[in-house]
Amino acid sequence: MAKRDFTINDIICGMRIAVCIKQVPDTTSVRIDPVTNTLMREGVVSVTNPFDLQALEQALVLKDALAAEVTVISMGPPQAAEALRDSLARGADRAFLVSSRAFGGADTLATAYTLAQTLRIVYGNDALPELMLFGQQAVDGDTAQVGPGVSACLDVPLVTYVRRLEILPDGSGFRARTSFDDGERMVEGRFPVVMTVGKDAAQARFASLFGTMSARTVEIPVLDETAIHAEAARLGLNGSPTKVMAIASPPVKTRGKVLPWDGDARELVCSIRAAVARKGQS
Amino acid sequence: MSASADIWVFAELAGGKIADVVFELLGKGCALKADRGAGSRLCAVVLGCGIDATLTDPLLSAGADVVYVVDDRVLADYEPVVYSEALTQLIRKYGPEVLLAGATAIGRAFLARVAANCGTGLTADCTGLEMAVSARSGTDGRPLLYQTRPAFGGNILATILTPETRPQMATVRPGVFRRCLVRRQGKFAGTIVRERLNLAEPPTRIVERVQRAEGVDLGRAEVIVAGGRGLRCAENFGLLQRLAARLGGEVAASRAAVDAGWVPAARQVGQTGRTVAPRLYLCFGISGAIQHLEGIRGAEHIIAVNSDPDAPIFNVADLGIVGDALEILPRLIEELGHD
Repeated sequence: MAKRDFTINDIICGMRIAVCIKQVPDTTSVRIDPVTNTLMREGVVSVTNPFDLQALEQALVLKDALAAEVTVISMGPPQAAEALRDSLARGADRAFLVSSRAFGGADTLATAYTLAQTLRIVYGNDALPELMLFGQQAVDGDTAQVGPGVSACLDVPLVTYVRRLEILPDGSGFRARTSFDDGERMVEGRFPVVMTVGKDAAQARFASLFGTMSARTVEIPVLDETAIHAEAARLGLNGSPTKVMAIASPPVKTRGKVLPWDGDARELVCSIRAAVARKGQS
Repeated sequence: MSASADIWVFAELAGGKIADVVFELLGKGCALKADRGAGSRLCAVVLGCGIDATLTDPLLSAGADVVYVVDDRVLADYEPVVYSEALTQLIRKYGPEVLLAGATAIGRAFLARVAANCGTGLTADCTGLEMAVSARSGTDGRPLLYQTRPAFGGNILATILTPETRPQMATVRPGVFRRCLVRRQGKFAGTIVRERLNLAEPPTRIVERVQRAEGVDLGRAEVIVAGGRGLRCAENFGLLQRLAARLGGEVAASRAAVDAGWVPAARQVGQTGRTVAPRLYLCFGISGAIQHLEGIRGAEHIIAVNSDPDAPIFNVADLGIVGDALEILPRLIEELGHD
């Protein structure tokens, strides 16, 4: 890993933050076809992954406080440019779309490699941004693996499930409040660092009218495998060690009895007692 | 990298003990080892500082043939870079066939780094794991790990293989597999292997720790009594508490009730909250959005009360009552009070 020493001036004058975002189907609009038991694609709206918007908000708070430069990066099909435009409207300074047929079918490892390679090219291998932020997970895949994977590819530290983030007064590093299964930990470290931003972080601000107007005409550079100097064997389906063999609908549970409330709690109580009595038997 | 047929389980520590999910994975690992056959062993890996027999004995008695221990000052606290480096070094030395870990905040994060270090695949949140021969098994006909996981908020199930790279890695949420009840009797047959690794200082450090104020672990609860928007205000969750107390269960809530500020976030069940696997999930005024149903997929028996006869919760409930939760709750508490 290339080491770089930061001075206070570096941080105060030119803190750089990259936020990686993903466009996902809005899972609240996803419906199942009752006949075929398959995903109904019609009417499914695309949105920016909600966790990524929280990562963006974290970056924009630092932009407000420290005049940090915020860059948003998204890997996806051409229409993912809309998600980037939305981030620009909310206050990001610049955006890059990482898009090519060669990236299609990437699993989390190939995606992490592609994004790591993009960060190297956009910023320079010796000049990675101080902060590289990700949402803790994407709501379509739910893996929470891409941010950590990028930290490994870039060989930089990792902090996960961040709820609050502050820059140390001398600008030398960060202090982050993070969530774990058993509680919270306050973690300190130095830059550069990859962070995944958790669900309890601040919600994203809305786009201003001015922001929306000016984002509409911004040209968003598209980076393909040549632009990011990627090894072809590590991209897309070919670069993905995991292979999806089958997609199935989950087994449909037979619908139980549904009864109207008739003021008599006895049947309910019997059912509850039976279920509770089974507890501890297996 | 050497290669073996071994099945590894990362033995995460929680509160100074082996986490429960580790025993669930060892139970599954026993079955995978048998199906892998041909000299496959079940191995546990413990990373930490001051690891003694109180930690390793339970792993041996739960079926581990080998326990790899890396006992090092720099592993005293979980730190993603150092932990992933330690596990990566062990994998490079021993070349396991499979590596399983709990899909905890710790397991998911650093396993993703380990997978990237090893250039192999990692499947998150598996709900099914099986060893079987596949068309992709290659010439030697070795069985591969079939990893089944939900995606799109549980709307589809994907079966995933990692045919070429090793180890085949997967995380599993706590409570998905039942812990193995067959325990090895008498003397522990397995062996402890203590490894000394060359590890760098952790790049980040913990400066403060806040244990969860409320000692609630919904993931382990046998009985859960949950409420949603249909309970209308925070005060009505008092009724749920009384009912939960009578049943020896925990109170939980839907996202709507948590967002309304009626219930602390630690008690939220669903895709963005906790995944639960109780024997009984009893819910009131929860309509059953996809995100909520995703969190209760592991529940054995679901009883739902909701005023809307078309509420999706009734599609998964074993017993549904169409009615007003606030009318039914007091009656239930009264009736159950006759014990």
